[in-house]
Amino acid sequence: MPVEVLIKTVFILLVVVGAFAPVVTWIERKQSAVMQDRIGANRADIAGITVLGLLHPLADVLKLLTKEDVVPAGANRVMHLIAPIIAAVPAVIAYAVIPFGGVYVFGADTISLVVADPDWGLLYIFAIGSIAAYGTIIAGWSSNNNWSLLGSLRASAQMISYEVTMGLSVVGVFMVFGTLSLQQMALAQDTTLRLFGFVEWIPGLYLPELLSRVTIPAWGFVYQPLGFVMFLTAIMAENKRPPFDMPEGESEIVAGFHTEYSGMRFGLFYMSEFIEVVVIAGLMATIFLGGWSIPWLSTRDIIDGVGSVFETGFATGLCLILQVVTFLVKVVAMIWVQMLLRWSLPRFRYDQVMDLCWKILLPLSIVNIFVTGGAILYFGAGR
Amino acid sequence: MSLDLALFYVFAVMALVSALGMVLNFRNTVASAMSLVVTMVSLAGIFLLLGAHLVAVIQIMVYGGAIVVLFLFVVMLLNLRRDDFSPGRQRALKAAAVLGGFVVLAEMLRMLPGNLPVAGILPDGYGTYAELGVALYTDYVLLVEMASLLLLGAIVGALILAKRKIQ
Amino acid sequence: MTIPLEHVIGLSAILFVIGAVGVVVRRNLIVMLMSIELMLNAVNLAFVGFNTAWAGVEGAQRMDGQVFVLIVITVAAAEVAVGLGIVVSMFRNRDSVDVEEVSLLRW
Repeated sequence: MPVEVLIKTVFILLVVVGAFAPVVTWIERKQSAVMQDRIGANRADIAGITVLGLLHPLADVLKLLTKEDVVPAGANRVMHLIAPIIAAVPAVIAYAVIPFGGVYVFGADTISLVVADPDWGLLYIFAIGSIAAYGTIIAGWSSNNNWSLLGSLRASAQMISYEVTMGLSVVGVFMVFGTLSLQQMALAQDTTLRLFGFVEWIPGLYLPELLSRVTIPAWGFVYQPLGFVMFLTAIMAENKRPPFDMPEGESEIVAGFHTEYSGMRFGLFYMSEFIEVVVIAGLMATIFLGGWSIPWLSTRDIIDGVGSVFETGFATGLCLILQVVTFLVKVVAMIWVQMLLRWSLPRFRYDQVMDLCWKILLPLSIVNIFVTGGAILYFGAGR
Repeated sequence: MSLDLALFYVFAVMALVSALGMVLNFRNTVASAMSLVVTMVSLAGIFLLLGAHLVAVIQIMVYGGAIVVLFLFVVMLLNLRRDDFSPGRQRALKAAAVLGGFVVLAEMLRMLPGNLPVAGILPDGYGTYAELGVALYTDYVLLVEMASLLLLGAIVGALILAKRKIQ
Repeated sequence: MTIPLEHVIGLSAILFVIGAVGVVVRRNLIVMLMSIELMLNAVNLAFVGFNTAWAGVEGAQRMDGQVFVLIVITVAAAEVAVGLGIVVSMFRNRDSVDVEEVSLLRW
């Protein structure tokens, strides 16, 4: 059993942290370039071979590693050192509960492609998101710099405000699926719904046979569209991604709370933001976009279908590979959506950010909870 | 020594060391607050080992993620930098208090073995948040409502206290 | 339960006394508030320990300890909010969070 956990952990660290996070920096540059009708960074090369700019993340890392670590005079050295660590670690360990594949039965043993699947998986992510706020707070305070302190104050207020909204937005999803475990949520989204099923609830209307066979995948997005939008907003604000990057205010307060950070310390802040982009993508994919499940093809369909031609073990293995690839495709799609939002919206002012959280998102999420509760009571266990 | 017991001792030592670090840190208030966070997270670990899952996660989210952040907020807002808070006057009284604390602690620890109820076997499915939710919203729903009223009072109180006087 | 109850309650007692000593000895009002939080945490640990020890009870009393812990966390949050409000207004008046500077009624 520990060997299995080790293999899954290594897979996540290699693929998500090792491969995705640097690629996200490349996606950011190239996507922004395409959106802004320019070429983007493509000069980094090894022996004259440029690979569309894919070597830039490597060049970035090398640059950051070889830069001098400057600690400002009068700064608290210990705090200055541990702040980027506190910011980076929660981003990486958030992936422990996100399922990158389903539950497969190979003969006698069942493997579930998630590193840890406690009952309260979603709450775990919120808990360590709360801890990640400390990296920002300590970074600003320990730098002995007025502007860093200002950025830090704004950051802590923003992060703890949006934690509330983040939690409330997913209560609707929780009510629909009845579980907080992300693997169970993904399993529940593995089926399809009839698109025009709601017509049956309207008395007097007749549903033709053809229309009643039109199905859509039973994704969280279908159950909770408002929850999707609210959760995406709240978690992007939590991650201090533009348009919510007040704390880093790149043109206002120099660089905000990480003004005084250079070299690999800054590299840790930089990397942790991109790792969190991948975490957000993974979370959105799992809760709202069906996780690892292929739309319209449930696990049962694939195993039975392929298993009638080849043997069951091979069918299950093929299903595993297909579903892991589907998950990665959905993660890439959500990363693309976040980059779209980042490069098309201007930065919010600080009071606009706070207004959005407390005056708009909070009442909306409570209304969402009531509407979802009412719908569940009225329609029974579905819808 | 099972894994549970070994982890419990690790968390217990972490909690004790950081609690002492918080109380005995006379120069840096922010370092005290960070030690308090470490204490709370280790206690959350012990809650997990004892099978209280929801309470552990709520401890990290509320205590470690909001209450201590509020402390740090106030420290940064008031910009408490030059700290020099060694025990000032009445040293003898404070030393006597510490000594008294040790005596009380020794007495409590002496009374422990043999006086506690015998722990039973943990039933299956103990500690799920479903059970806690049912208990909260059926038997103790009045308690939940009173807690929300208390929080409302605290919000209003904090707002009024921290407002600047209108000239 | 795999963890002996004496150890859990012993840890709770030690943390409580550390918190109590912290409240008495320290002059910084913010650290005094944090020591009060430590005392509340120690009490939470005792509640959860006893709740696990009495897990064999059937019926409504099974989750008593954990319900109480949730209420204690709520009360602690409310108390910290108001307490820090007091600290902020004290700082505005006296420019210090030293408790010894507001002890006007003491000899």
